[in-house]
Amino acid sequence: MNTFWDSLAAAAGLILTWDPALVEIIWLSLQVTLTAVLIGCIIGLPLGAVVGAFRFPGRPVIIVALNALMGLPPVVIGLFVYLVLSASGPLGPLQLLYTPTAMIIAQTVLVTPIVAALTRQVVEDLNTEYSESFASLGVRRADRIAALLWDARYSLLTVMLAGFGRAIAEVGAVIIVGGNINHVTRVMTTAIALETSKGNLELALALGMVLLSLAFVVNAAVMALRASAVRAAYA
Amino acid sequence: MAHRRPAPDSRRADKKLTGMLTHLHRLVATAVLALVLLCWSAGAADRFIILQSTTSTQNSGLFEHLLPIFRAKTGIEVRTVAVGTGQAIRNAMNGDGDVLLVHATAAEERFVAEGHGTIRHDVMYNDFVIVGPPSDPAGIAGMDDAVAALSRIARAAEPFVSRGDDSGTHKAELALWQSTAVNVAAASGTWYRETGSGMGATLNIGIGMNAYALTDRATWITFGNKRGHRILVEGDRRLLNQYGIVAINPDRHPNAKSDDAQVFIDWILSVEGQTAIGEFRIHGQQLFVPNASTP
Amino acid sequence: MAGDRERLAHRGDAILSGRELTYGTGRETHLGPLDVDIRTGACTVIMGANGAGKSVLVRLLHGLVKPSGGKVLWRGGDMTASDRQRQAMVFQRPVLLRRSVLANLRFVLRVRGIEPTERAALEQAALDAAQLGHAAHRPARRLSAGEQQRLAVAQALATAPEVLFLDEPTASLDPASTLAIEAQIAAARVRGVTIVLVTHDIAQARRLGEDVIFLADGGVAEQGRATEVLTAPNSQDVRAWLTGDLHLIAGGQTKN
Repeated sequence: MNTFWDSLAAAAGLILTWDPALVEIIWLSLQVTLTAVLIGCIIGLPLGAVVGAFRFPGRPVIIVALNALMGLPPVVIGLFVYLVLSASGPLGPLQLLYTPTAMIIAQTVLVTPIVAALTRQVVEDLNTEYSESFASLGVRRADRIAALLWDARYSLLTVMLAGFGRAIAEVGAVIIVGGNINHVTRVMTTAIALETSKGNLELALALGMVLLSLAFVVNAAVMALRASAVRAAYA
Repeated sequence: MAHRRPAPDSRRADKKLTGMLTHLHRLVATAVLALVLLCWSAGAADRFIILQSTTSTQNSGLFEHLLPIFRAKTGIEVRTVAVGTGQAIRNAMNGDGDVLLVHATAAEERFVAEGHGTIRHDVMYNDFVIVGPPSDPAGIAGMDDAVAALSRIARAAEPFVSRGDDSGTHKAELALWQSTAVNVAAASGTWYRETGSGMGATLNIGIGMNAYALTDRATWITFGNKRGHRILVEGDRRLLNQYGIVAINPDRHPNAKSDDAQVFIDWILSVEGQTAIGEFRIHGQQLFVPNASTP
Repeated sequence: MAGDRERLAHRGDAILSGRELTYGTGRETHLGPLDVDIRTGACTVIMGANGAGKSVLVRLLHGLVKPSGGKVLWRGGDMTASDRQRQAMVFQRPVLLRRSVLANLRFVLRVRGIEPTERAALEQAALDAAQLGHAAHRPARRLSAGEQQRLAVAQALATAPEVLFLDEPTASLDPASTLAIEAQIAAARVRGVTIVLVTHDIAQARRLGEDVIFLADGGVAEQGRATEVLTAPNSQDVRAWLTGDLHLIAGGQTKN
């Protein structure tokens, strides 16, 4: 158990001294994941809402597909995006491989189904509650989607958090498309993988603890927001 | 729900709550947007080439020593993608890189023969060592015949971890087993364990199982989780590990930065580059021996 | 049921009618075929036992549910989607968005296509009608049940509908709240809004009803002027209901 306590001390040291290498890595992790979550939400929220609110042929198939895609292994996504962005692949000329953009693309692919599938569930439940009322008012389709998404905003916050959690913690996708290049595409998870492969377990664990603290802070912030929402009976 | 008469200042309280939530929304939205905009600036760099190499070379620290020297001289940044040998070669075959530097001579020559690379050059060599548990149950410590040592391990059926990932190290290991009478494929899963992983992961696993392993010296010296394991066999000529460098063929992959790639190759083969390689030390030990042939 | 129809003085004066309306799922017919008329500008009360079809009927008339047979007529012609925009409905449990009181009102007015310039005045009027001016920025769901229903009624009336449907609006409210809601309904009635009110409360029917449609057994037991139906009914079911004798009423139900 010595490793554990050593790591805890190392983690505290890294955070307190504001180690520049660590800061660079954390910063990149946040940039990549937050961007991916943002794009994932821009695509996934309306997509999930439309599937949740309307009936159309093939809907059950789409729901099953979205739910299944939530479980897509990050390493598989990484491989797929690599093949697309590779110089020999269809989007090779764009030369996006081994850049943060490639990592954002991969994580967006990871996050979007999660956001869409969970949004679908939330919106469907809400739609059931409001459907008679909306029918009576003659609410148009676009207005219905907007109204449902806004009304579900606090539940959707949790959905976005789920997407964030999944993306910030994954390594399989970003390591293949990013290449874990020092100062360019090295993020927290790939740094942990690297240090582990070098046998520097204390450092790897320390980095892991920093990552955990980050996730903790983000979750706590969302919880606080939700608590105030519940008080307002908006949740 | 009971019918309550609302307090006189409840209106203010409601407005305050709504206002607070609105501000919070705006704050979060602005923060995320700012982060996103900043992200687009990341990754945008000047002159750089992509080097496909192996994790063992990367982990030794050689590149951290070598590449800044090159950059200072030429202004070219060398971005290293360090993966398993097989993946590095495959990436290069796909054109996802400008230079390939690995230690699998036969595969490198095939790479050139198939038109993916221009010319292959020798760059340097390091050596492999056999490491094992402090107890050394197979009794191989101090032997200078690697093949005989491996035979002893097999006879004693003591655990041995192999990378099993088709890497340069793995191929070298298999070549050694070839010279014994042992069929390791048949023994896989018993005393012979294939991890299918990189050197570091394999060492972590091997040490955890108290097993023997073949590793390159550079990785071993810098490895942080030795836990009592030590080098038992070294020095056999058959344990030498040759590195080769190849530029990706621009005829095959027009996007490859062949000019800058050639600058890098010329430098690494030059006296300056070769000296830099030889000067690299970990704990006072030289890890790589430069051996580029003078044309 | 011809006799009942004749009780309505002006048949041509019906803003909304159902002709041979049937509602069923699969092989079972739950309701109908029945003919009903809603007189323009009057308050029609729909009554009957639970499961008699009151909620279904009102949803058929409002177009929320498609009949399996027959049709609904608006002013004598087929009812279109835009005709439905001239109607509004209040449900037993108010359905309010997770926003402030004002935001709820704003949403309803916007969806109904009211211009932004006119909205402010209508919002204020609705708040006043519901006596919720002091709670404009409060989260709507934090209101009490009575306040929420007052808001729902005011909201429905803010869009100036020609017909207002209410499905047992005061069933779960206390007497004070019930009075407030009935006052809102009465005020609307005075302004000329046609009211269709589903209720199982005889006293309420007597207070507010001008016409009565009494449903039993999936059909119309009796319909006509409230003064007649509620004092001297023809039908056995209505008579049993009016006595308030649970045994009689229950007995009538099991007979079906």
